[in-house]
Amino acid sequence: MAPLLDVRDLRTYYVGFGGTRVVKAVDGVSFSVDAGETFGLVGESGCGKTTTCHSIVRLLAPSARIVSGAIELEGEDLVPKSQAEMRRIRGRRIATILQDPMASLDPLFSIYDQVAEPAYYHQSLRGQALRQRVRQLLSAVRIPSPELRMKDYPHQMSGGMRQRIVGAISQAGGPRIIIADEPTTNLDVTIQLQYLNLLKDLQRATGVALIFVTHNLGIVAKMCDRVAVMYAGKIVEMQSVRGLFYRPRHPYTKALLDSIPKLGVKEPLCGIPGQPPDLSDLPTGCSFHPRCGRAMDRCRVEEPRQDDLDGAGTVRCWSPVEELAARG
Amino acid sequence: MKRYVLVRALYSVVTLWLLVTIIFGLVRLTGDPVAMKAEAGADPAYVAQLRHRWGLDQPLYRQYVGFVGQLLRADFGHSFEKSLPVRDIYFERLPNSLKLGFAAFLISLALGVPFGMLSALKVNSMWDNAGKVVALLGLSMPGFFVGLVLIIVFGIELGWLPVLGKGSSALVGSAPSTWVTFWFRDWGHLAMPAFALGWYFSGAMLRITRSGMLDVLGSDYIKLVRLKGVPEPMVVAKHALKNSLIPVLTFAGLNLLVMVNVSVVIEVIFNWPGVGQLLYDALSNRDFPMVQGVVLMSGLLIVLLNFTIDVLYGYVDPRIRLSR
Repeated sequence: MAPLLDVRDLRTYYVGFGGTRVVKAVDGVSFSVDAGETFGLVGESGCGKTTTCHSIVRLLAPSARIVSGAIELEGEDLVPKSQAEMRRIRGRRIATILQDPMASLDPLFSIYDQVAEPAYYHQSLRGQALRQRVRQLLSAVRIPSPELRMKDYPHQMSGGMRQRIVGAISQAGGPRIIIADEPTTNLDVTIQLQYLNLLKDLQRATGVALIFVTHNLGIVAKMCDRVAVMYAGKIVEMQSVRGLFYRPRHPYTKALLDSIPKLGVKEPLCGIPGQPPDLSDLPTGCSFHPRCGRAMDRCRVEEPRQDDLDGAGTVRCWSPVEELAARG
Repeated sequence: MKRYVLVRALYSVVTLWLLVTIIFGLVRLTGDPVAMKAEAGADPAYVAQLRHRWGLDQPLYRQYVGFVGQLLRADFGHSFEKSLPVRDIYFERLPNSLKLGFAAFLISLALGVPFGMLSALKVNSMWDNAGKVVALLGLSMPGFFVGLVLIIVFGIELGWLPVLGKGSSALVGSAPSTWVTFWFRDWGHLAMPAFALGWYFSGAMLRITRSGMLDVLGSDYIKLVRLKGVPEPMVVAKHALKNSLIPVLTFAGLNLLVMVNVSVVIEVIFNWPGVGQLLYDALSNRDFPMVQGVVLMSGLLIVLLNFTIDVLYGYVDPRIRLSR
């Protein structure tokens, strides 16, 4: 079966200062997402997760260019499409949930107006039918008494409620895939769990695929089927969640897992030494080698290939980790 | 909302009282009006009589209490100079200033808002750069200078527009014409002073519209509207415009009155018989009641306008309307 979304060798660069400074935010990223699947995209801030998402919906900053690659949605390449064509895809086939629920709703329009928009433009619903649809969408995200609350304005709602409204908006156009860019980062921990459960339920009800961007490995473990770990604009490892947690192959993934503090174990926190690299001035060879405990001479000069892990995933490393993760 | 309006109204009253007190004190620091009217070596009896007639022989607190008492009855007293009620003189002149102010206001809006939006939508384009130059010129060239340049070019060299005055539809010194002739005649006389006055504000308006629009266009909620697949013209016309109009609304409303009030220099240059010119004459003659009257009326208009803007805000912005 062909994947729902297939991203191949995507390169998105930011070009600044008259072309003298090129930031390779996304540098040869390939992954695919099947219908109904939850795909996690993990990495530190500034590793290119968000730029990857913006490239898929083609809403990039004016200084960013998709230099090469293909983004196929149901076999259709999105890269050559015009903004007018993309407009009909956004909200209808690919929906997005943004990070900050306090900032992502327009303060001057009612909840009804904002939830109705995708259904209005993509499904041509009007009048009572539109009202009915909004009511149904709001109940689906468990907004109590939707008929009353849809007359409210964003400032009258809590952060958790607003993020559920954003969830309802993402459903409104009946999309095949939802890109959730750190949707719970700005929520309280208790609300986070509720929200993740809600997303799971919505996914079960509609069969929508989910690209879940996060830097929280706990959320990855709970939500995702497969995970890609990004470092400096590249996917360094991609595996099933089970594989990633029990047998991480890339030293960076291993270091990430080791840096999670363990409850009840009295040992110093173990971080990753050094800083993420400057994307406009990457180290030679493997971008991770200055911070890597396993770095060899080869890592400093030659960029690792993307190797297949016997059909279980891919890894980009000259010297992949062999031992199993020591998880308590 | 009701409580919000009440609180705003209370603020307005306090502001007005402060203004009354300050102007009462300040105007008395400008010097002795009697010395202005009566020449040196005039008959002391005449001087004393003038002082008594104008109420200046009374102690300050009596003057102040009397003044506030008059104000509560909507009476500004009689002009020293013309012996007519200040109120009557003021309201005779006010329509002229309003006409000039409105015209200048429309010019500043018509120039500032569309070009500000254009600059924001096409950042760093040719349009944006042209807008920056216009705004810079608007803010750095004072109105009287623009006025004088206009007079030289269009009034004298080209001879297209009349240099002075307000034309035959005058309300001053001739029979009052109808409202229609007042507002819709003699645009030739209006053109230069209105442009000179509106020019300054259009630059500021352009910059405010531009920055307001840029802020909004870069916000997360506009991003989400785009991610919903709303057509770009609707993104701008519905969501971005309404949000970016909030700062523009405040600024524009204040401008309208500032224009009516600040037009002193322009009115003097173009010999436009409005309240600005009235204030200028009153100050030169130390005509206390006239100065107090004009300043207080200007203040009253500004306070009323601020109040109206606050209430309007409430209607545009649900965060204010629905609080409490």
